[in-house]
Amino acid sequence: MMFRVRGINPMSLKAFHVVFVSSAVLLTLGVGAWSLNRYFQEGGDLNLALGAGSLVTAVGLGVYGRYFLKKLKHISYL
Amino acid sequence: MDVPYTTKPRSDTGLYNAKLGIWLFLASEVMLFGALFSSYILLRVNALEGTWPHGLLNIPIGTFNTAVLISSSITVVMAWASLKLGKFNHFKIYQGLTILCALAFMVIKSVEYKDKFTHYEVWFNDHEKKSIRGHIEVPGEEGNPWFMTHKKLAERKIETIKIHPDPKVTVASGKEAHGGAEAHDGHGDHPPVQEIKVADIKRLSAFVPAHSTYFAIYFTLTALHALHVMGGALVMAYLWGPGSKMWKTDPERFTNRIEVSGLFWHFVDLVWIFLFPVLYLL
Repeated sequence: MMFRVRGINPMSLKAFHVVFVSSAVLLTLGVGAWSLNRYFQEGGDLNLALGAGSLVTAVGLGVYGRYFLKKLKHISYL
Repeated sequence: MDVPYTTKPRSDTGLYNAKLGIWLFLASEVMLFGALFSSYILLRVNALEGTWPHGLLNIPIGTFNTAVLISSSITVVMAWASLKLGKFNHFKIYQGLTILCALAFMVIKSVEYKDKFTHYEVWFNDHEKKSIRGHIEVPGEEGNPWFMTHKKLAERKIETIKIHPDPKVTVASGKEAHGGAEAHDGHGDHPPVQEIKVADIKRLSAFVPAHSTYFAIYFTLTALHALHVMGGALVMAYLWGPGSKMWKTDPERFTNRIEVSGLFWHFVDLVWIFLFPVLYLL
């Protein structure tokens, strides 16, 4: 039995990295929402900075994910 | 006789030996951390209302450390990709950066731990009085003592101590908050230093595992994670230094080794991605 999902080996570093970056995007979106919610409820510059920074990071990680897949498209999932 | 499948994958599994091995190891790691996460959830859900501490960890430091680990996952995959493209010098740079990120994470974690070991909560015999959190001054001890307890104070026959309470922060809702992330922000009002009679103290504890169930599970999870970071950093340092000689003799096998260490590193970072919101935010 070969480990393949739509021709992609999910156990390769490349596939695991895609999973990791997706998780990191979800985390940064969550932290951004959590911090901005605190900012609107309690105020505080730190909450605003953390919220905005997290959302910007989420966008940055998304862009990086696309760049990564594009750059490594010739490297197989083996 | 050569060991088969050290570089080429088996046709039936599609995996070479080391990759199968690391995934079996990671499966056991999932069980280990899964059990601890389950313990955390059960302890928290079953805690009496209002007894689970909140806001005792430094969120900006935790966030910075999260960013360091995410960056290290990017550099570790770039190190592997560099080898796949035959660029050994680039590999050296990216792998070196990954090791630096691991060291930075450990240094920052140590600073965080040190802050916990010198940060105290004092409970009083008078149940009407609320406990106080802050840094203490003990006669005969220079600076902020580590791991002090009410028992040690009694053994040393110390009569009074001073406490520098954490800042009180008034939030927009009008509530007062003590310590925690807001206190670390440094924008709270600093209450005056208080002198406390040791005879009035019911319990004094630093923010160590003995402080509460929360800190017990916090230190168990984060220390176990830190051990994994150290282990990963050691392996990556070996592959960056003496182990990199293999690139000249068997580049494909060396590239596989980097992939396997990268898989472990991604797992360690993924654990942190779960740990950070659970321990610091929720």
